[in-house]
Amino acid sequence: MRDVQESGCGSNPSVHALVADHPCYSEGASHRYARMHLAVAPACNMQCRYCNRKFDCSNESRPGVVSGVLLPDQAVERTREAMRRLENLRVIGFAGPGDPLANPERVFATCRPLRQQFPELHLCLSTNGLHLPEAVEAIVAHGIHHVTITLNTLDPVVGEAIYSWIFWQKKRRRGVEAARILLDQQLIGLSALLARGVLVKINTVLIPGINDSQVPEINRLVSEAGVFSHNVMPLISAPEHGTYYGVMGISGPTEAQLQQVRDRCSGAARLMTHCRQCRADAAGMLGEDRQAELKINASGGRVIAIQPARREPAPEPVLLAVASSTGELVDIHFGHAGSFRIYRVIGETIEALGEREVVDPYCHGDDRCVEESHSAASLNRLLNRLHDCHGVICSRIGYTPWQALLARGIEPVNSHAHWPVREALRQTARKLRQQRAQNIPMAAVAGMK
Amino acid sequence: MLALVITVECIACWACEPICPNGAIRVKNEIFRIDKNSCTRCEGHAELPQCVEICPVEGAIIDAEGRAMNPPGTLTGLPA
Ligand code: SF4
Ligand code: SF4
Repeated sequence: MRDVQESGCGSNPSVHALVADHPCYSEGASHRYARMHLAVAPACNMQCRYCNRKFDCSNESRPGVVSGVLLPDQAVERTREAMRRLENLRVIGFAGPGDPLANPERVFATCRPLRQQFPELHLCLSTNGLHLPEAVEAIVAHGIHHVTITLNTLDPVVGEAIYSWIFWQKKRRRGVEAARILLDQQLIGLSALLARGVLVKINTVLIPGINDSQVPEINRLVSEAGVFSHNVMPLISAPEHGTYYGVMGISGPTEAQLQQVRDRCSGAARLMTHCRQCRADAAGMLGEDRQAELKINASGGRVIAIQPARREPAPEPVLLAVASSTGELVDIHFGHAGSFRIYRVIGETIEALGEREVVDPYCHGDDRCVEESHSAASLNRLLNRLHDCHGVICSRIGYTPWQALLARGIEPVNSHAHWPVREALRQTARKLRQQRAQNIPMAAVAGMK
Repeated sequence: MLALVITVECIACWACEPICPNGAIRVKNEIFRIDKNSCTRCEGHAELPQCVEICPVEGAIIDAEGRAMNPPGTLTGLPA
């Protein structure tokens, strides 16, 4: 695990200052600072095959259009509210639900008051890059210091298999032509940003069988260009997402496949390993919460990091239940789990204790099930099955079971959705131990829902 | 030329609204519709109706005869 301090930018204090407290760029900061994404940009100008515009997109940092969109003044209000509640809020992101640069007026109209009222916040933006070149000056002028570009291929022929269409110069364009225009725009935009001193991160969605061989090449190119960090993310794809890949049965990589590709990325751009594929309306911490180490300086309202507690609590065993289809990823909704995998975590050691079947899963509905369809009796039976666990890790969970688990002293954990199980276990165990040592209710530090 | 119509398939994604050259796309409570007196089908501005060109949803925009401007299968690439 490389640290910001020892990365190639250590000699450049301004870059260091930019990344040091940005949770998406600095692994250290991801444990201390919170970020919030403002969903002010509804429109999109292209169609990726891993995205269904109707629903929350699990690949890009954005929710679907159904999750609601904020007007600029509502977004400023939301920020003010969050500044009160999340004392370590440092970063405001613009990522969707569409593409921020397909809605430049809305995004920049939000940036202006934010910069005036909360100059301490970092503003960042994620884009597909299609309209990046012409937006670079405005990005700089509005004080956006961090930009993420999603770059999935350097080959328009591969691009054709990733993008269905783009809207470009008054026409919908498809195929290699569309992919070539997109690529040109991305690369022109990238170099313009770098020339203006903007910190750039590249996101690449690893799509097995489609762009595997492209990823190391992208890593090499962007590293040479001076990109700060490269995030290789696994495709998340399931038929019920209704995406092209989902329906066509193209699924995401295994942890091993992902690791293999990441291992082939040897360029200078740091490979990010702590990305949670946050949603565009997310608020809170990336990864582990360490709220206890932070306190508000009452006078200025600024956040001050306090030294982490010196005494490391002795590793006590933590018993955790995980909702996972294959044991690889945390990929099952609490109510849909037909069984829970039980693990004992002692320090960094993980021991699998087998599976516990659920006779009748708690939820019989589909993904957007209504709470009324749930049976209280099956929930109770399920809670009895898990009575000795300290926590339950699942991809999602409804409000009722969340409350019911807490009432029994079992911590519900849904912040590690689609994480590798082992990583989720380690993080959760660490958090629970810390919480035990400091006696804080975990729900209080889980961030805004 | 008769104006286009937005159907219930619309997902309120806002893509069409800012690019209509005539400001014909009206939004009220996240319901999108085309003002039939303002829509010119983009004549004189673009070769093709701009809302149709950017809309991501098949069947969300139809013509006066009820024909989908983006028929099933044309946008997602998925078999209809
Ligand atoms: S066809 Fe053109 S004028 Fe009519 S609503 Fe669509 S964009 Fe506007
Ligand atoms: S582009 Fe299509 S789906 Fe989006 S708001 Fe307009 S009509 Fe509705």
